[in-house]
Amino acid sequence: MAERKIVDGRGSFCPGPLMELIVALKSSQIGDELEVLSTDKGSANDIPEWLNKVGHEYLSTSESEGVWHIALRKSK
Amino acid sequence: MATNKICVVVVSGTLERLQMAAMVASVAAVSGQDVMVFLSMNALSHFVKGNTVKAPHEGEMGALIASHKVPEFKTLFEQAVELGDAKIYPCSMAMDILGVEQDALEKYLEKATGLTKFLHDSSDGQIWTF
Repeated sequence: MAERKIVDGRGSFCPGPLMELIVALKSSQIGDELEVLSTDKGSANDIPEWLNKVGHEYLSTSESEGVWHIALRKSK
Repeated sequence: MATNKICVVVVSGTLERLQMAAMVASVAAVSGQDVMVFLSMNALSHFVKGNTVKAPHEGEMGALIASHKVPEFKTLFEQAVELGDAKIYPCSMAMDILGVEQDALEKYLEKATGLTKFLHDSSDGQIWTF
């Protein structure tokens, strides 16, 4: 399996991490896994909603020391 | 029936309203919605190339936005166009009054549009006004 691509949105506020994820998705292949790092709790809630709406696969969210890790798979 | 089209009318030149309008436009555009933005009144001068005047704050949130790492509203509008295919129209009346031509505006803006055409084109969408 290919390595997860890290999208570092730490320090940025909504919708910064989402926009950084979308830029990263543009240069990714279908099936690639990505992981967004965010210190913005709103983005941690909002990104899974966005994934569900547009049809990418949401894998997981975890939080460690104030950083949320949102994992997903590009599906389209 | 729910519409998939959002029309964002921006007339204020204050930071809070420009920021919120940019957030709505960009997130809607990258979520697959058709987004049209109409820039008029005090909003338009912020989209004149080389304008370095900072948008004034209305209150506490504006000051906090300016001191936090929040994406700039102009960046978000540009991303709405580039990542989500939004269309941003400068108001032809505001351009006439400001005395600016199309070439003086940011390149990601569409051609100037009058209110009659915007109202017609937006008649089948939600309208959000800032």
